[in-house]
Amino acid sequence: MSKITPEIVKEHGLTEDEYDKVLEIMGREPNITELGIFSVMWSEHCSYKSSKKWLKTLHTEEPWVICGPGENAGIVDIGDGQAAIFKMESHNHPSFIEPFQGAATGVGGIMRDIFTMGARPVANMNALRFGRPDHPKTKHLVNGVVAGIGSYGNCMGVPTVGGECEFDTSYDGNILVNAMTVGVADTEKIFYSAAAGEGYPLVYVGSRTGRDGIHGATMASAEFDDDTDEKRPTVQVGDPFTEKLVLEACLELMATDAIIGIQDMGAAGLTCSTFEMASKGGVGVEMDLDLVPKRAADMTAYELMLSESQERMVMVLKPGREEEARKIFEKWELNFAVVGRLTDTGRLVLKMGGEIVGDLPIDPLAEASPEYDRPWVATSKPAILDAADVPAPNDPCAALKRMIGSPNFAQKRWIWDQYDHMVMGDTVQRPGGDSAVVRVHGTPKGLAITTDCTPRYCYADPFEGGKQVVAEAWRNITAVGAKPLAITDCLNFGNPERPEIMGQFVGCIEGMGEACRTLEFPVVSGNVSFYNETRGEGIRPTPTIGGIGVLTDVAKAVSCAFSAADEDIVLIGETNGHLGRSAYLAEIEGRDEGAPPPVDLAIERRNGDAVRGMIDDGLVSACHDLSDGGVFVALAEMAMAGDMGAAIDAPDTGIALHAWLFGEDQARYLVTSRDAKTVLAKAAEAGVPASIIGRTGSDRLTVGQSLSISVSELKSAHEDWMPNFMSAP
Amino acid sequence: MKAAVIVFPGSNCDRDVQVSIEQSTGKPCAMIWHKETELPELDLIVIPGGFSYGDYLRSGAIAAHSPIMREVKARTDSGVAVLGICNGFHVLTETQLLPGILMRNAGLKFICRDVDLRVETTSSVFTQNYAKDQVIRIPIAHNDGNYFTDPDTLKMLEDEDRVAFRYCDAQGGINEAGNPNGSMSSIAGILNRRRNILGMMPHPERLADQLLGGIDGRPMFDGLVEALVA
Amino acid sequence: MKAKIHVTFKEGVLDPQGKAVRNALGSLGFDGIDRVRQGKFIEIDLQENDAEKARSSVKEMCEQLLANTVIENYAIDIIE
Repeated sequence: MSKITPEIVKEHGLTEDEYDKVLEIMGREPNITELGIFSVMWSEHCSYKSSKKWLKTLHTEEPWVICGPGENAGIVDIGDGQAAIFKMESHNHPSFIEPFQGAATGVGGIMRDIFTMGARPVANMNALRFGRPDHPKTKHLVNGVVAGIGSYGNCMGVPTVGGECEFDTSYDGNILVNAMTVGVADTEKIFYSAAAGEGYPLVYVGSRTGRDGIHGATMASAEFDDDTDEKRPTVQVGDPFTEKLVLEACLELMATDAIIGIQDMGAAGLTCSTFEMASKGGVGVEMDLDLVPKRAADMTAYELMLSESQERMVMVLKPGREEEARKIFEKWELNFAVVGRLTDTGRLVLKMGGEIVGDLPIDPLAEASPEYDRPWVATSKPAILDAADVPAPNDPCAALKRMIGSPNFAQKRWIWDQYDHMVMGDTVQRPGGDSAVVRVHGTPKGLAITTDCTPRYCYADPFEGGKQVVAEAWRNITAVGAKPLAITDCLNFGNPERPEIMGQFVGCIEGMGEACRTLEFPVVSGNVSFYNETRGEGIRPTPTIGGIGVLTDVAKAVSCAFSAADEDIVLIGETNGHLGRSAYLAEIEGRDEGAPPPVDLAIERRNGDAVRGMIDDGLVSACHDLSDGGVFVALAEMAMAGDMGAAIDAPDTGIALHAWLFGEDQARYLVTSRDAKTVLAKAAEAGVPASIIGRTGSDRLTVGQSLSISVSELKSAHEDWMPNFMSAP
Repeated sequence: MKAAVIVFPGSNCDRDVQVSIEQSTGKPCAMIWHKETELPELDLIVIPGGFSYGDYLRSGAIAAHSPIMREVKARTDSGVAVLGICNGFHVLTETQLLPGILMRNAGLKFICRDVDLRVETTSSVFTQNYAKDQVIRIPIAHNDGNYFTDPDTLKMLEDEDRVAFRYCDAQGGINEAGNPNGSMSSIAGILNRRRNILGMMPHPERLADQLLGGIDGRPMFDGLVEALVA
Repeated sequence: MKAKIHVTFKEGVLDPQGKAVRNALGSLGFDGIDRVRQGKFIEIDLQENDAEKARSSVKEMCEQLLANTVIENYAIDIIE
């Protein structure tokens, strides 16, 4: 047996203290396979050792939550005996190294998390962040990531219904690929990972195990350096066709009652999945590695346990049901192998060639994994920037056109055209709106789904930014008329060993927690991606939120498109003209200054509840939440989506015109209505500020007497940037 | 009308087209696994969209050799209507029930969006409920929709009025701007000589429900029900 | 024995991937390229020991599945 040297320990990403703990738990020196297992189980990616302390503070419970964080995905009740199961996960590092396969396997992994629990995936979303457009790698990364996401989702036949895409120089060396899947299951047919039953068979299904991605989990927990390109061979290759078969076979088997527990193999493959199942069920496992389906006959125990080959699952079956299950998997032309049994020893025992090649205690390893209270310093609060310190543009219409034609506002049809967003026949609102809306198949219900983050705000003030990301997701769901239910979070940060980064993390978590509590919008699943740094340069703090909501009658959903002429446009919420950290300040003035807009969660809730009520009452023909770019950008988006202009009255508010047009005060919406009188009355009843600011109609967007721009001019600025950028040599 | 949808490993629009057929017939539409060797009595067989066998080797090539396809061929000989949508069109060309082949899109990217189609012939059970030269909006979603055949076959298709749909602009003009994938002669769908087989890349089942944004696909299914009433 | 099969587009069939590769090579500064054609390479391990029999069985595979002879040609190499 090979001798474990300090170098080997270091290569496995374990600190000296952690290795001492290994020796203590084992009571002897581990062999290389055992060391490998410790290393992946205790990696940041699998153990959440830097974040655990803070994640525990999040708000995770409400009466409609069936299952919160800790399982493969979160589960909420959507009524009528049905549940929505969803999660978002990052695949940042692999996507930077090999964008097509990295993104594709990210999508494959998150879909497996969903159908492992018994749900058929019904919608995919993704939040992408790339470096600045003129960075030499950006175009290549965009091309590869988008094609990879499309290839996997399209082949699986799960619609990719929306998402977001942002460009910023802080992602030059660390792009973010955050993929989310939502599935629907019967509440009676939900599957968990806990194993139970001494002597029960442990079954392996799906693709064979190859040498893919060995140590992917530790790679995802390390900073990039100049040798990153050398890490290429560790990236896995996805096979969406096989995953489609695994999905159908699993759902077919799940319709029987043969399964006790089931877990997909994601990061750290066979190791993480068996530990998780055994640890949750309080049992032991004995596994014969000779029985694991392999791509190469000479694979070692170390490789088999750490491989990240995709499209594989493990499950514990009721004894005697193996043949029934085998028939289903063979029908779908998939591997099926009984690879072990559950025991009562509380240990994972690995055999190969008749010998024991690994023997580890499960609980101390899985549950007693390290937990750090990393030192952190709070980000200092920036001063509020007065609107008077932001020059007014000579021509607000020209500024608007420049903004909506800038990389971060430009239409992303170039991306979503490559995603099948209509397969499954339930996509009611396609990409491009506030939230995507999919009908719950065979019912009148709908799910509203959104992903959001404003890293500009989180960087300036993590606490307010953390509140804002949750509030914006909540608002986007409200804007289509849905009741917000819960969120999944994908927390992308730099190196947590740096106190200022850890401070950003803590601030964001605290802000998010407060927003989740006030808005009754709990976190039910998520993941943390640290070490998004290259040569000491971290990304902006990017806690991406995926939110879902439910509509009892999907036919009542509204979009942001102006739908008829001569309707009143009502601005809901209070306008103060907040320009600090605004998109206007960044895009037009090139400045990144001031405090982000404050988020008053009680007002957020009051205003949103009122708007949702108006939509439900059928008073609203179009609704758009106000976020980046404020009133003027929102009006432009509504006009472009509906191919119809609007005449806005010159505001008479005492606020500078450019601050009124571009300010990013929170908790605001624009709605159109044929019955604005009732809208105003309803708002007044709820104590919500609301005023008519103009009327829809014509083919131009005008403000007062002097400002005017044609909708077609706006549209070409908005639609041309992305295709031109991607096709330029 | 008795209808069935063939399901291959990797089919993924099977349920969608089943929903559209059931909406028009009010009767259940059977799903037939590709390993079956016999079919029940049927008036319409649908080969659905998706990625049969992952589109590996060539789209539709492996599915074309599935056991059920022998039976499908036999049924077409006896006049049963067969509709191949998207990947189903690939399968029909690979089995040579329809001429030509669908190559990689000219732009080398997957395209999912609504396109305008011009109805080129109403003389088939599939298109009888449309008007000739009517412009309809139907979504496409494919990597390989670039129709190609030799000039003689193209001439034959045109001479025999076998082009069912062409991609067009919003006004019905046939031109490069209205052609999303580089298809020869902007062909989006073709018929066999007997006019009982239609292969088309666009997905009529995706716009047959007002809630999803349009119903231009619905006349195809309603027309089939009227024509094939048992 | 081993069969190595190259499947390529027939003359006159547009090869958009080949065209894209050619343009990419051009923008990388590789001049003097007239044309790029992209195809598939398939390797099959056979139990057959007779080269002629192997060739004829692989030819049958190409005709029936591996190539679409409407647009593709194939070339077979049998290696002992």
